[in-house]
Amino acid sequence: MSNLLDLLVAGLATGAIYALVAVGFTLLWQTSQTINFAQGEFVMLPAFLMLAVMHAGAPFWLAVILGILLSLLLLGLGFKLLLVDPMLRHGVLPLAIATMALAIGMKEAVKQFFSAEASPFPSIVPAGDVSILGRVVSLQSLGVLALAIAVVIGLTALLNRTSIGHQMQATAQNPTVARIIGIPVERMILFTFLINAFLVALASLLITPIYLAKFSSGEVLGQAAFIAAIVGGFNQVRGAIAGGLLIGVVDNLAAAYVSTQYRAAVPLILLIVIILFRPQGLLGRPEERTV
Amino acid sequence: MTATGKYLRIALGVAVIAALIIVPMNFNRYGLYILSQWAVMTIAAMGLNLTLGYAGQVSLAQGAFVGIGAYAAAIMTTQGMPLIAALGVAIVLCFAIGWILGYPALRVQHHYLAFVTLAFSTLAFLVFRNEDWLTKGIYGISNIPRPNVMGFATNRPLPFYYFCLGSLALVSLAMWWLIRSPWGRAFVALRENPVRALSLGIDTRRYTLMAFAIGSALGGVAGTLYAPLTQYIDPVPFNLSLSLDLLMMVIVGGSGFFFGPFLGAMIAVLLPEWLRFTQGYYLMLYAVAVMLLLIYSPTGILGILDRYLVERRTKAASALRAVAKSRLETAP
Repeated sequence: MSNLLDLLVAGLATGAIYALVAVGFTLLWQTSQTINFAQGEFVMLPAFLMLAVMHAGAPFWLAVILGILLSLLLLGLGFKLLLVDPMLRHGVLPLAIATMALAIGMKEAVKQFFSAEASPFPSIVPAGDVSILGRVVSLQSLGVLALAIAVVIGLTALLNRTSIGHQMQATAQNPTVARIIGIPVERMILFTFLINAFLVALASLLITPIYLAKFSSGEVLGQAAFIAAIVGGFNQVRGAIAGGLLIGVVDNLAAAYVSTQYRAAVPLILLIVIILFRPQGLLGRPEERTV
Repeated sequence: MTATGKYLRIALGVAVIAALIIVPMNFNRYGLYILSQWAVMTIAAMGLNLTLGYAGQVSLAQGAFVGIGAYAAAIMTTQGMPLIAALGVAIVLCFAIGWILGYPALRVQHHYLAFVTLAFSTLAFLVFRNEDWLTKGIYGISNIPRPNVMGFATNRPLPFYYFCLGSLALVSLAMWWLIRSPWGRAFVALRENPVRALSLGIDTRRYTLMAFAIGSALGGVAGTLYAPLTQYIDPVPFNLSLSLDLLMMVIVGGSGFFFGPFLGAMIAVLLPEWLRFTQGYYLMLYAVAVMLLLIYSPTGILGILDRYLVERRTKAASALRAVAKSRLETAP
């Protein structure tokens, strides 16, 4: 039990990143019925955009800003206009398949145009350890956790306290009624895509220093975020947050106490159990099934 | 359909089959390997097409079933048992697992089901990789023998290709029979409108499970061919991306169309080979092609053909109507 605190902090830190990715995932699902199978690759790409800007000789902070802007442009606006809009009326499945193809395309593009090797990425949180309750905890984990929590709090405030947030929630709950009462539904949907792009760019910024920038790093991350979103509740932002934190902690604890070989299996078994007994997720509302 | 249309179709079918038999005789080892792979993947995609296209259930576990079949074949044939025994084991095993995995399908649908099956895929991969005593883990199983079929050895690439093609033909015939049987009709009814299917007296529970189980078993059949084809297997080919690829094959070819999996597998297996001259860009081009196709026709390639035929038929019908109408008007 000696390193339980370390495990918890590290788990919460990765969990908070999963939560960021999962929140974007649920936002897209809620407002436009988009299941984005490329969500993991969406996290992988911004790091490479930032690296590309840095290779051009720009300082780190400029690269971060440009990377986030490019991510908004490509993964927010571009994704919506070029792929989701033309496909939306065809239903969920073809669009989901198209995002799978997009994931392949993005992975291959990065591999081809950038590098197949893993590249180091500078951390925005200083390295080192701090002492809490007599235990040494990595500063990086704490910093990541703090930043992710700040973003999540900001996002929840945006959704619950501002007028735009309320309009977005109304759009998510019932686009038809939202349109009738005069909410610019299209613009709200675009906002969710931009928020998703922003969240994945942040997640990229936070997680890449830990796991390096690699073209294939989206696979594991995307899957973890999916599981987090489903475990927490597919149609709930706070569910996705809870799910992300839970998966992060469970994953870390499983690696330490169950077996490293089957660590990936523990969240999956959790997922299956939850889907079977509480399909709407831990915090989710039951979704009305349309036949 | 007119009689000439029917004969044309039959002639086209015969020509395609003849081409599949004759043309590869001049192919080199690699070409035959790719074509055999196409036949194997078509079988797996046909199974998924039954689950998805006919019973309307999204499964992301088909790659895992191919893996189970492949490991059954690899483990049993390297122990000296015949491939046919492995085939039996694979079918029974995949059918049973598919049946069990179908239970969540009764409770949850659509994306939830996709995620249950996704979880299963990943679990199966972990078992392949970690249970060294059975699967030799990451080292994989090598020297998988190719079978003797009725006294003929299929060690060389061409006979083995014919073996794969023959298996594909058998599976196709069985599938053709199945979707025209009352079962197949029940599957379609289930896809089109589950509530109405239920009200017509179709036991939706049983048929959903059945579609899942039969589809999964075909994945196992494909796996038992895959192992002797590559003669070496390790866990990597059976990870989640194989399931995603198979799903893409079914959708791209045209889900719910009998020939959809044939075309989808052709595109997924052969197109990257044809695009190989573009070197590192081929998978990128493939991804772009798939996205463009789906934007243009979400029902896949056969969807385009279907739309075209329907359009022509309605045009012909309205032309006939116009003629009939003008005759009525000019009639005294």
